[in-house]
Amino acid sequence: MIKKEEVQHIAKLSRIKLSQQELKRFQGDLSSILDYFNSLKEVDVSEIEPTFHPAEYFFGKSLGKMRKDKAESQPSEVVNKLIEAAPDKKKRHISVKAIF
Amino acid sequence: MELYKLTITQAHQGLLKKEFSAVELTKAFLNRIKKTDKEISAFLTITEDLAVSQAKKVDNLISTSGKISVLAGIPIAVKDNILIKGIKTTCASKILENYIAPYDATVIKKLNELGAVIIGKTNLDEFAMGASTEHSGFFPTKNPYDLTRVPGGSSGGSAAAVAKNLCCCALGSDTGGSIRQPASFCGVIGLKPTYGTVSRYGLVAFASSLDQIGPITKTAEDAKILFEAISGKDPKDSTSVELAETRSLSTDRERVSDRAPSLKIGVPKEYFIKGIDPGVKKIIKGAVEKIEKLGAKIKEISLPHTKYALSAYYLIATSEASANLARYDGIRYGLSKSENKDLLDVYLQSKTKGFGDEVKRRIMLGTYSLSAGYYQAFYLKAQKVRTLIRKDFEKAFQKIDVIFAPVSPTPAFKIGEKIDDPLLMYLSDIFTVSANLVGLPALSVPAGFAGDLPVGLQIIGRPFEENKILEVGKIYAP
Repeated sequence: MIKKEEVQHIAKLSRIKLSQQELKRFQGDLSSILDYFNSLKEVDVSEIEPTFHPAEYFFGKSLGKMRKDKAESQPSEVVNKLIEAAPDKKKRHISVKAIF
Repeated sequence: MELYKLTITQAHQGLLKKEFSAVELTKAFLNRIKKTDKEISAFLTITEDLAVSQAKKVDNLISTSGKISVLAGIPIAVKDNILIKGIKTTCASKILENYIAPYDATVIKKLNELGAVIIGKTNLDEFAMGASTEHSGFFPTKNPYDLTRVPGGSSGGSAAAVAKNLCCCALGSDTGGSIRQPASFCGVIGLKPTYGTVSRYGLVAFASSLDQIGPITKTAEDAKILFEAISGKDPKDSTSVELAETRSLSTDRERVSDRAPSLKIGVPKEYFIKGIDPGVKKIIKGAVEKIEKLGAKIKEISLPHTKYALSAYYLIATSEASANLARYDGIRYGLSKSENKDLLDVYLQSKTKGFGDEVKRRIMLGTYSLSAGYYQAFYLKAQKVRTLIRKDFEKAFQKIDVIFAPVSPTPAFKIGEKIDDPLLMYLSDIFTVSANLVGLPALSVPAGFAGDLPVGLQIIGRPFEENKILEVGKIYAP
């Protein structure tokens, strides 16, 4: 059984607030699911490499050709819509609350 | 003529012969949605104006040139986690309840270029996380075959809409069975393509190494048409694949009934475990016998790591989801809530109010398995088990052409039956997750009825052999 404090800690890392009732429910849910996951313990993987992505074996080790990590200009129509979508903005800037 | 009953191929012929116009075809579906969608609640948004204006364009094209693509004027429903410019894309989540897509997904761009008519956005489990569509943040969808049962999930709205003739065909997405399982529950065809064959640009990300968009249709021929329309390399998705590469690996265009004698069908013994519904087992056995009578050779195979696939899948899917869903922060788009002061409060309030329980559960599971102290034991271990599962399939495919298996251990279950037991709900995915872990193409075709409920046969192929599994599927649903 996963401890209540652990559930609280994961919730905090996930940026989710849990009420006392939710905490109890999620503790039960996560415990039974993690118990099920524990069946993986019986598998011997000592000589086995991980497969992080199907593309690794379809095309060898890399994800095919990756594009250069550089910004590409977008049509102003799309840019305007992206800014419009922000809940809190000042002119063409998105406002963010203070960190502290 | 009941236009809403037509397949893509039939509707296309009717348009070419001018038996009806594209506007008439579109309105037949829109009227049917207005009259009957209240019974099953498959749609979240109806895009009537968009649909009628697209249909008018197609009618003009028919009258001026007489030439149209096979998808021109065909009414298509789209799962509401695929972006259509100017239309709400909610992912059935409160956090995106009012989100308007600023651009088209690549699959939508391709469909638009072909003149397809998009008639609406369909319901799903929130962020595609679920197997019943009960986890929609708005309302559940019901199974057209039995309104007290689920349509499956997460693409439950798309599958139910096709089954109820509310659209000619639909797009879904499949991360662990989300196209195939609802197709099985609703008695329609569903194809999960090989990972990389369809661009994910504009598909709201759930688990990026597993997600694929695919067709849900009434016939295997229609699935092939829609799959070919949406597939191909896209510069906007670096994991997508050249079309030429896809095709050259599967040039099988002969009729499968003629060449069935040369086919070797693998039936994995691990897929007929205790707990499988006797009705499902009988139907899958019957489907195997049917192809055997046509001359195909049946071989029992073993995929020994099958029993670990579900754990590996849920560890990987939730880990990727916890990273992907971090973007819903209340800052750039979507729901934004805060009671006071600081940035942390915006994150906490927005996510807590915006996400439903299943999404929270999965974000927390993923966060846990990626966190310090658990990464090795859970996440990394799951990725190594994934390698073992892949090797099982590679070994099996040396001796056989395609694999026959059930899609789901049971037919459609009752609404409410599994909603309070997340692990029980996860177990619904036990036969579908392996194809996603390995990236293989897999099809669900209607193979019979257990009582009044449809049951699908799953046909799994080698990478990029969509054509082969679709051809085999034609034996069951032309």
